[in-house]
Amino acid sequence: MHKSLDPRVNRAALDVEQQIEPLGELDQFQTFEVFHQKKRGQQHVHVGIVHAPNANMALLYAKEQYSRRGTTANLWVCPSSCVTATEYFDEDIFETTNEKTYRDPAVYKVMDRIKAYKERQGK
Amino acid sequence: MYGNAYIDPKDQKGKTVEGEDPVKLAEFEARILAGEKIEPQDWMPALYRKQLIRMIEQHAHSEIIGALPEGTWITRAPGFRRKLALMAKVQDEVGHAQLLYSAAETLGKPREDMINDLITGKSKYSNVFNYPAITWADSAIIAWLIDAGAIVNQLANSKGSYGPYCRALERICYEESFHLKYGHDNVVHLATGTAKQRQMVQEALTRWWQPIMHFFGPPDRVSVHTEVLMKWKVKMMSNDDMRQQYLDMYVPKIWDLGLELPDPNLRKNEETGKWEYTEPDWDEFKRVINGDGPCNAERLAVRRMAEEKGRWVRRAILGEDAKYSVPFA
Repeated sequence: MHKSLDPRVNRAALDVEQQIEPLGELDQFQTFEVFHQKKRGQQHVHVGIVHAPNANMALLYAKEQYSRRGTTANLWVCPSSCVTATEYFDEDIFETTNEKTYRDPAVYKVMDRIKAYKERQGK
Repeated sequence: MYGNAYIDPKDQKGKTVEGEDPVKLAEFEARILAGEKIEPQDWMPALYRKQLIRMIEQHAHSEIIGALPEGTWITRAPGFRRKLALMAKVQDEVGHAQLLYSAAETLGKPREDMINDLITGKSKYSNVFNYPAITWADSAIIAWLIDAGAIVNQLANSKGSYGPYCRALERICYEESFHLKYGHDNVVHLATGTAKQRQMVQEALTRWWQPIMHFFGPPDRVSVHTEVLMKWKVKMMSNDDMRQQYLDMYVPKIWDLGLELPDPNLRKNEETGKWEYTEPDWDEFKRVINGDGPCNAERLAVRRMAEEKGRWVRRAILGEDAKYSVPFA
């Protein structure tokens, strides 16, 4: 028989057979969306969620969860229920963006015409 | 730290796509074939949702239970630097569980339900954590060789089709590269140390070799079920392919330290390029995963204690107007 190395089992004498009441609704709280800014001057970027009872606790968990590596300048949290989003099945509403070439600086090519004009003018 | 989803071969439920809308199914499959990710709000076949929930949930449980065998060594870590590193590693594992539970939640299973399924023994987790880490060298072997296995699996899965799971895995893989280096450092320290230290690490390796060989799951049987999960990029590599990749990466590094593996048949067949080995005891694997391992009972008991003792605090701080909504991403 294996003797446990876990102090909760071998010293606190935890009863390993004892069952508990199941977790009820909201036992793990509601969720907050977390936005992380790496450095001052950069955008905040969505990195995931935390479960928390309120915004202050959400910030505390967000710090533990999303700023354990690298640099962090700032964190935002907001309740997930506050997010309003477009529907993926309506993705086609964005489809015409790439057709609107008049918004693209690269399509405005004038050098050829300036050159042709100068040649017509005999330099 | 996680090997592979354990799919009960006897589970006959939900193995087909019968009854799914053929037009929607075709669109869904075309999207995956084109290398696009599926997001939580997209239509998806019931089987896809079910398998992903099972897989991500098992992965999350593995992280949280995986923190226990190593966690017992925090108070006994040899030296302050190792204690700090081990605390950081254990915190990472628990953080990984949080990320994974969140990804699974986007598929519609509340976190409370997942935890209830864990503590009643309904859900599985990686079988290796049902074994004890009886010496410091065991914790070193776990940190190096179990985490290495987890990285093989997680890197493969991070190329899968479900957006939230991939995002969680990218962060997890990034963090686990430290675990691997830390574990290797500890093993090398022992393996290049005194005769007693070498003996300690050799014995730990011998103890852990069978659980490591179990880590990626039983040999694959070709089945329609596996085929459809591969096509949908839920399962990214077969159990045997992952095991081969792992052996290829780590057996030479183990032998390089002059350590021995307790399998006289272990060798790479230069003609086939495949590793040959003695099959580990798969009956023991089944027995342990179904509850009868050396630590199953205490692992779940410790989780139940944590849930039970923290409950009054969570109740006290829960806001009156709290309302749950499924997270977006």
